[in-house]
Amino acid sequence: MNNLYVDLTGDFMSEPIRKGFGRGLEKAGSMYPNVVAACADLTESTQMHLFKKSFPERFIEIGIAEQNLVTVASGLAAAGKIPFVSSYAAFSPGRNWEQIRTTICLNDQPVKLIGSHAGISVGPDGATHQMLEDIALMRVLPNMVIIAPADSIEAEKATLAMAIDTRPNYMRLAREATPVITTLDTPFEIGRAEVIEKGSDISIISTGTMTYHALKAAEKLYKDGIEAEVVHVATIKPLDTETILKSVRKTLAVVTAEEAQIIGGLGGAISELIGEFCPAPMLRVGVKDRFGESGEPDELLKHFGLDAEHIRMAAHHVMERKGGGKY
Amino acid sequence: MNHQLSIHQLETIANNIREDIIRMLEHAGSGHSAGPLGLADIFTALYFDILRHDPSNPDWADRDILILSNGHCIPVRYAAMARAGYFDRKELMTLRKLGSRLQGHPERKRLPGLESTSGPLGSGLSQACGIALAHRMDGVNHRWVYVVMGDGETDEGNVWEAAMLAGNYRLSKVIAIIDRNNIQIDGPTEAVMQLEDYKEKWEAFGWHVIEIDGNNIEDVIDACSMARAIVEKPIAIIAHTVPGKGVDFMEYDFHWHGSPPNYEQAKKALNELRTLGGKIKSEHE
Repeated sequence: MNNLYVDLTGDFMSEPIRKGFGRGLEKAGSMYPNVVAACADLTESTQMHLFKKSFPERFIEIGIAEQNLVTVASGLAAAGKIPFVSSYAAFSPGRNWEQIRTTICLNDQPVKLIGSHAGISVGPDGATHQMLEDIALMRVLPNMVIIAPADSIEAEKATLAMAIDTRPNYMRLAREATPVITTLDTPFEIGRAEVIEKGSDISIISTGTMTYHALKAAEKLYKDGIEAEVVHVATIKPLDTETILKSVRKTLAVVTAEEAQIIGGLGGAISELIGEFCPAPMLRVGVKDRFGESGEPDELLKHFGLDAEHIRMAAHHVMERKGGGKY
Repeated sequence: MNHQLSIHQLETIANNIREDIIRMLEHAGSGHSAGPLGLADIFTALYFDILRHDPSNPDWADRDILILSNGHCIPVRYAAMARAGYFDRKELMTLRKLGSRLQGHPERKRLPGLESTSGPLGSGLSQACGIALAHRMDGVNHRWVYVVMGDGETDEGNVWEAAMLAGNYRLSKVIAIIDRNNIQIDGPTEAVMQLEDYKEKWEAFGWHVIEIDGNNIEDVIDACSMARAIVEKPIAIIAHTVPGKGVDFMEYDFHWHGSPPNYEQAKKALNELRTLGGKIKSEHE
């Protein structure tokens, strides 16, 4: 194993990614006076309560009104603020896409959208609340930046970076405790993908919560005699095409992994990229054009084929094709 | 920066703006006629009396904000801005043409002096609320946020989300001017989706409501003056206007909501506007 940043031996500390956002926002609040926040009746759940407590005069409760949430934010930005607005991803950007398109993206206002509780790992709440289409929805919008941090530490760094980014941003967060695989020293920059595990046989390109599973898969593959390179794509748009293509040109085999619909998601983005610039055998691990359902998070990841074992199997299939197999 | 103009002078400007609207729409070959003509008096009052603004410095930090929520009525704003000195009137003829700053629906990034991008209905009021909230956080008390919206537009749920928020936070710097012209694309507003009891609806959301004749410039100025004196609630000015105002064959007819005049119709309309409905002779005859 040629692990660059992550110590795979021993247990990981786990923490919900959204907690890192909460800490980051509070820090951003103290660093930048123009940072303000608004929420649609999910203040503690989306971890905005820390900011609200420290800066009550800069926090706005919007009530259960997601269309209003983002359009009020557009107005706040028009008046010079950097507004962070949060809800569950299923509602924002799930419900208010046109308002985001017109009043934030076309209008080019630096609104920071936070979609918490994204992905299948939301668990028992079921399909209505398991937002899987948010990446696809935001990817098609010109001007929009999409960030899916791997863990709470990265979410905190991302939040601070968003506070000084002049573009519209969307960050997706997960509900459940996620293993913390980065450290304070792991580099983070909006628009940059990181090779977090070096390898030469196959590229596993992952985002958000799935990067942990990608690393676990790489560990298994190593034992199988395959050296996988893990590329963590924290910024899904704009895509770091240089880092990704460099890896794919070396390995000529790709598996993508995301807790989202592969149509229009990271899998879609990587397919488009390598299809145009470096065609190579590829499989996409993610949710395959279906809705989720109630269950425990681990159970669901397994059921929908999103765990390390499924990534490992996908990698083996791709390796066979790379070697001229029939897949 | 506005010099005090007489009501008569303002009425003349409104008439000129209507002529410009007809010329622009005929030249563009598409666009909305009824709404912009009906709003000409309101936009004249805003740009030539009510608003604190500076055409030579559109980003002036102390300016009032004017949001046009029903973006399809933008020709009236372009015409008023050109008359006020934001840009040369010649540019009006680029409306809806490739490369123009005057997009079919307004885009903030294209033209200085526009405060937002609009077209899809129902989102202007909430942006106005956001701006007013930001001003309040900054302790800014001398800037008002005006938003012009259509009556049919208030079918949109987003409007009432914003209305509820403005009432809740008592955003008294928000002055919504609602163009109550009673038409929308599919027909009369009350036939498409009943709005009445309209005044009571706004009042129930915590607004102070003023009803006026929106084609009477003096009424518009007086209502805005009263609105600025109210400090405990946001203010809705329900401005009753005649759609297509000033052009006989367009007035009250919902078919003109989304159509431009052709060459012959424009000629007829311009003649009517120039002669003030036949009261005076046109020098262009």
